[in-house]
Amino acid sequence: MKPILEVSDLHVSFRSQDTEVKAIRGVDFTVGEGEVVAFVGESGSGKSVTFQTVMRLIPQPPAKIDKGKVLYGGRDLTKLSEIEMQKIRGKEIAMIFQDPMTSLNPTIRIGNQISESLIKHQKLSAKEAKERAIELLKIVGIPSPSERVEQFPHQFSGGMRQRAMIAMALACSPKLLIADEPTTALDVTIQAQIIDLLKNLQTKTGSSIVFITHDLGVVAEIADRVAVMYAGKIVESGTLDEIFYNPQHPYTWGLLQSMPKLDQNRDQELASIPGSCPSLVNPPAGCPFTGRCPHAMKICQEEMPEVTKSSSSHQVACWLQHPNAPEVKSPIEPERRWVD
Amino acid sequence: MNTPKKWEKNWFEPLALSEKNSEVLAPQKGYWKDAWIRFKSNKGALIGLILIVLLLLIAFIGPLFNEHNYHSQNLTITNQESSGDHYLGTDSLGRDLWQRVWYGAKVSLLIAFIAAFLDVVIGVTFGGISGYFGGRVDAIMQRILEIMYSIPNLVIIILLMMYLEPGVLPIAVALSFTGWVPMARIVRAQILKLKTQEYVLAARTMGASHYRILFKHLIPNVMGPIIIAVTFSIPSAIFFEAFLSFIGLGLRPPSASLGILVSDGYRTLQLFPFQLFWPALVLCIIMLSFNLIGDGMRDALDPKMKK
Amino acid sequence: MTEPILKVKGLEKHFQLDRNRVLKAVDGISFEVMPGETFGLVGESGCGKSTAGRTIINLYDATNGEVLFEGKNIHKLRGKNQKKFRRDMQMIFQDPYASLNPRKTVMDIIAEGLDIHELSNGKSRQEIVCELLETVGLNKSHATRYPHEFSGGQRQRIGIARALAMEPKFIIADEPISALDVSVQAQVVNLMRKLQKEKGLTYLFIAHDLSMVKYISDRVGVMYLGKMAELADSDALYSEPLHPYTQGLLSTAPIPDPIQAKEREKIRIKGEIPSPLNPPSGCRFRTRCPHAMSVCAQVEPIWQEAKPNHWVACHLYSNSNPQ
Repeated sequence: MKPILEVSDLHVSFRSQDTEVKAIRGVDFTVGEGEVVAFVGESGSGKSVTFQTVMRLIPQPPAKIDKGKVLYGGRDLTKLSEIEMQKIRGKEIAMIFQDPMTSLNPTIRIGNQISESLIKHQKLSAKEAKERAIELLKIVGIPSPSERVEQFPHQFSGGMRQRAMIAMALACSPKLLIADEPTTALDVTIQAQIIDLLKNLQTKTGSSIVFITHDLGVVAEIADRVAVMYAGKIVESGTLDEIFYNPQHPYTWGLLQSMPKLDQNRDQELASIPGSCPSLVNPPAGCPFTGRCPHAMKICQEEMPEVTKSSSSHQVACWLQHPNAPEVKSPIEPERRWVD
Repeated sequence: MNTPKKWEKNWFEPLALSEKNSEVLAPQKGYWKDAWIRFKSNKGALIGLILIVLLLLIAFIGPLFNEHNYHSQNLTITNQESSGDHYLGTDSLGRDLWQRVWYGAKVSLLIAFIAAFLDVVIGVTFGGISGYFGGRVDAIMQRILEIMYSIPNLVIIILLMMYLEPGVLPIAVALSFTGWVPMARIVRAQILKLKTQEYVLAARTMGASHYRILFKHLIPNVMGPIIIAVTFSIPSAIFFEAFLSFIGLGLRPPSASLGILVSDGYRTLQLFPFQLFWPALVLCIIMLSFNLIGDGMRDALDPKMKK
Repeated sequence: MTEPILKVKGLEKHFQLDRNRVLKAVDGISFEVMPGETFGLVGESGCGKSTAGRTIINLYDATNGEVLFEGKNIHKLRGKNQKKFRRDMQMIFQDPYASLNPRKTVMDIIAEGLDIHELSNGKSRQEIVCELLETVGLNKSHATRYPHEFSGGQRQRIGIARALAMEPKFIIADEPISALDVSVQAQVVNLMRKLQKEKGLTYLFIAHDLSMVKYISDRVGVMYLGKMAELADSDALYSEPLHPYTQGLLSTAPIPDPIQAKEREKIRIKGEIPSPLNPPSGCRFRTRCPHAMSVCAQVEPIWQEAKPNHWVACHLYSNSNPQ
């Protein structure tokens, strides 16, 4: 698969008066053409900051890109000027956000918000742009689009707003769509509708999608590949099946086990991960998960484990992979464990 | 995979539970301590604070430096320039200007502090009750506020000053007669926002009284905005007092305030400009310092309002 | 048979928004909770589950219907009985950042109830708080600290300790985990279950996450637009959902298993929740229901026991309509 986005050794930090938060601490990944990559992690794991950096949407200062490359179409996005970036945003890479309420401008009609980028990037006339906007609203499943196009965001419900956001993002047929927790603020029935919509659009247009979420259940529905982030690093990445049925990192084990299944035995206690995420003001020298890891060893405190490949697509950063490490059996059986 | 450089034998032994300090708390930092750190980092505010402290010190210690007092007249030494005896010279009645400036500064500040104190007491109570109880109570109290707001405060103050005996307390009362209105608005808006917070609901589910919720839960959380409003209302009270004195509605002689001194100095401006200069300088320093402190307070106590 | 500890009978809570608009947040729900059980209340945002919880703990007056706690109508309690009720029923809130007063120390937050009811002071107050902190898995050295120094999961533990300080019989947990990180949710749920076993607590667990509710609850009620749609044992609700809305919720609940996610039957609920200001006539779910019939628009389905201990309000199970 041809990579469309390549990020290597990205470091981002946030500075305030007397503290420095190292939000991203060396992130490497690629997104291939036409694939859906999910980034999973808890709040503060750096998953959103990573893609705000890719889009160059993080405010600098307080944020600072300390190191690293973001290659898109042969160009390093971290080095582009703001004007050049504006040509890429919306046209090449588009983004949809968690809260459709605040990401739409409440004073501008939906139609005008969609046509804005069409007029700017594709040099359409106002009339053509409006027709295209109606067409887009139809594609994302908004009923009676020719009336809706004249309405303001507050006249839309939450799910409809998210659909309108998707229409806006699709306006210039971007090659890469970054969806930052697009369903988190929505109810489950609406969430399912939006996921179906994104999947259908993806098969139709063949664009790549980066799906940022904290919900492994959503990941299972949509992703081809998964990257698990923790404390500003990718601790494990692999194909959907590799992460769900043959995970290698103790954090991934914990995440998968701490979610109750619909057919979970109720007499059994949920497996939980003790403690909470470490502070990134003074990140630990070793593996950030050491303090919460049931299999932590002395070395974990001292040095960050290197990335090991267990297959061409499966990468783990954990000392348990080292030949000298004791054998630890994964609590997740490498088979279809939830199927009766 | 490479072996770590500092290879040790027991690297791969499991870590004892005590060695994993899984939950390290953030360093203990109280709200006020945190605010003080932010305040300190604001240079202007710090200069303002130092100026005010210096000014207060001199206002109390300064008069001890010479033998004179603020009210004794000596018609043989009128309108003298500064000298070793009269540091800032004398006025048209031969009173020592050094003594009068510091006395006036004390009086002005006293009036301002009393007025600000009354603003807080009335404004917080009124705004707190209005915001907390809401509904009809709020509707009526809001109308009262609007009426207070719609009458020009200068008119009210001038009318009041005609009725009241001029003195420190009456002037302060007159100033706070309308001065509490902005305070009440600020407090009401904050209480409205806070009263639906879950910690207030939690207190209610435990059977807390209205008094307890208002004064133990809500008001302490509005302290930041209240203090900010006070630091801005002090200079405005000083300014208003000076203005009243200037147009002749202030304190009676021989008492003095900065406003009276400015007014006296203004009459002899062309001949003896120093009589205006010194009280005006002190007035300016006080006003500037309080405004600087107010800005610093706002950044320190309400970091969200910044930017 | 034991008496239910809580009986909710035809509870309604309407909010008068302005002269012409009434928001019927809760519009006639009935259920009973047995001592020592966990009753789950699920539904999408705007279904009235939180309003129901707040009316049951008497943060709101009921518009109609009654709430009986240990046989007494809680909205009519006065004096001593009211004080006792305020101790017997406690609440755990959703937002661990908004539910603790930022200007109070953990000690004062947990001892709030003790102070209000003048239950203890001085040394015993301190001892009680330290003991509670340890019960919920925190350290007694945390007592002098302020809420903002804690993580979300730790704050929720403090909120639980505050509720426990009153030695309650009944706890309403209003979305206690939905604001927490996934890895921390399980900690809090495990703690709540442990406390229930140790102290014999009864829970009303309000949430939107069906898999978590199903895991923690003995019985589950599903709400839709202010009404109860279905109520059953949690296993029965999962294995044999009767109401089309419950069926839809179950089939859209995200499950962390790609194969099962692909293989399971997909019942998609179309459209969105109508405005509760102007709910549909007849059955409220009919606008989104895949099985809607003409009768659904005219007659409101009755709340009936379709199977033993399995209640549903749907015309598919009406006797007049054999289907």
